[in-house]
Amino acid sequence: MISKFRAIYLRELKYYFHSITAYVTICIFMIICGYFFFSIFRYYNFISLEIIQSSDLSANINLIDGVMRPMFSNISIIILLILPMITMRLISEEKKQGTFELLLTFPVSDTAIIAGKFFASLTILAIMLSLTLIFPIMLMIFSDPEMLPVLSGYLGLLLMGASFLSIGTFFSSLTSNQLVAGVSTFGVSLFFLVIGWAAPLTGSTISTILAESSILVHFESFSKGIIDLKDISYYLLLSLFFLFLTLKSLESSRWRA
Amino acid sequence: MIKVENLTKYYGYNKAVSNLSFEVEKGEILGFLGPNGAGKTTTMKMLTCFMPPSSGRASIFGFDIQKDSMEVRRRIGYLPEKTPLYHDLKVKEYLELVARLKGVANTSIRSSIERSVESCGLEQVAGKIIGTLSKGYQQRVGIAQAVINDPELLILDEPTLGLDPRQIIDIRHLINNLGRERTVILSSHILPEVSQVCHRVIIINKGILVAVDSPENLRERLKKSSIIRVKVRASGDPGRISEIISSLEGVLMTKIQHADEETVSLIVESVPVKEMRDTIASVLVKNNIGLLEIYGEELSLEDIFIKLVTKEPA
Repeated sequence: MISKFRAIYLRELKYYFHSITAYVTICIFMIICGYFFFSIFRYYNFISLEIIQSSDLSANINLIDGVMRPMFSNISIIILLILPMITMRLISEEKKQGTFELLLTFPVSDTAIIAGKFFASLTILAIMLSLTLIFPIMLMIFSDPEMLPVLSGYLGLLLMGASFLSIGTFFSSLTSNQLVAGVSTFGVSLFFLVIGWAAPLTGSTISTILAESSILVHFESFSKGIIDLKDISYYLLLSLFFLFLTLKSLESSRWRA
Repeated sequence: MIKVENLTKYYGYNKAVSNLSFEVEKGEILGFLGPNGAGKTTTMKMLTCFMPPSSGRASIFGFDIQKDSMEVRRRIGYLPEKTPLYHDLKVKEYLELVARLKGVANTSIRSSIERSVESCGLEQVAGKIIGTLSKGYQQRVGIAQAVINDPELLILDEPTLGLDPRQIIDIRHLINNLGRERTVILSSHILPEVSQVCHRVIIINKGILVAVDSPENLRERLKKSSIIRVKVRASGDPGRISEIISSLEGVLMTKIQHADEETVSLIVESVPVKEMRDTIASVLVKNNIGLLEIYGEELSLEDIFIKLVTKEPA
């Protein structure tokens, strides 16, 4: 089981890194992040100067609230856009080329196939996120921001990304058309991201449900430096739910074929 | 060994395979013959545990394809119709991946790869990327992945499809060699291939089993009448020659195909008796007619196939 999981995991990673896919994705991700960091930081500088000039000592600004939190929410939007493009091929491509049929006749459990593919995409996400650590490191060189909110923010991003990836894995298992898989993933991920916006418009019970279902709402506390079991379980459950659906989709493709 | 009982598969309302039953003995090379869309691939997909049958059962080495799917999958090698391979990997990398997925023990992975590279004649291309190989070599890689776990049963779906004649001969040799120690089920719609490679043939049409037998027996069984072509030296009225032959017991029909001043050619249809030619020859000699040529026409497997699959439903 473990060795088969490992074989699939390594094969998927090889696919991303043998082709240009991983390099282009990571490179473009980093360019966009760099641009955001630059503009957010310039804006933070500008605000700081304003405050100094107006000598309004009641204004309380710091690097976490001023730079890292806006940075986190920007990164969450960028990964929302990029991750569907990483996951859309996971199963769709193999279905289209017929290699999936062969894979299903090997003595490998569906769980090992899904886990291998999912964790390979999670690894790409982890690489992407760890490269962006250069921004807080730069802040640390020139200033002294708090470390823990940065780390909890990254944990939040990883968990949030994992739920996007699991949604993507699921849609990739439904179709042999990569574009359909990618667009559906983006749509559903975005839906979970913005579902909380409807919360203030509705009654109390529904409002709570909507707010608690939102990917964004649960990210709030992570970016503030609070690690709440409630938020961790939300992301884990969301990911597991879609991975479970993927498993069911593979099982059903056997009898629906 | 391999036992298939009343295997049936529906696609929606469309019955692709209908009550298929057959058995395969150990060490046999079994050919699956049928026109496109006859249900060959569907049957193979069920035997390889890719999809379950709608009804019926099949067991491979005593393991049920549905209940003990993992045990079955461990013991088979499968080459699907379009040779799906990972085109971005090198041949050796790919074989290593398949070996790991098929659960070949870590210690014997290297030797398994070497063995299947050697048995499939891939030594020269082992370090090349699969996507750059010719169709013939890709097909060999497909067979190499099927035999990597040294399976007792090989299931090959149209293994020579899309190859050039030279490659087809190579692949046939390969299958013959691999079939020495293993049971092989292969499908084809090319008849000479099946008659050359297989010990036994199953002909299916529209999902229904039409015939199961060895290529030779199929030929015999279908000989309801045999055709004998006779060429004699012209001597007087060609009709007289025809009459002489027609008067023999067992001759159903005689037809003059061609007659000129020198020779007369006739087609004789008779009941399938082996010594019919002897009888015709001796009666001609008795009547002082110079016999130039006489030969029986063999039914080719192609004729049998067409006879079987174009038969009107009763």
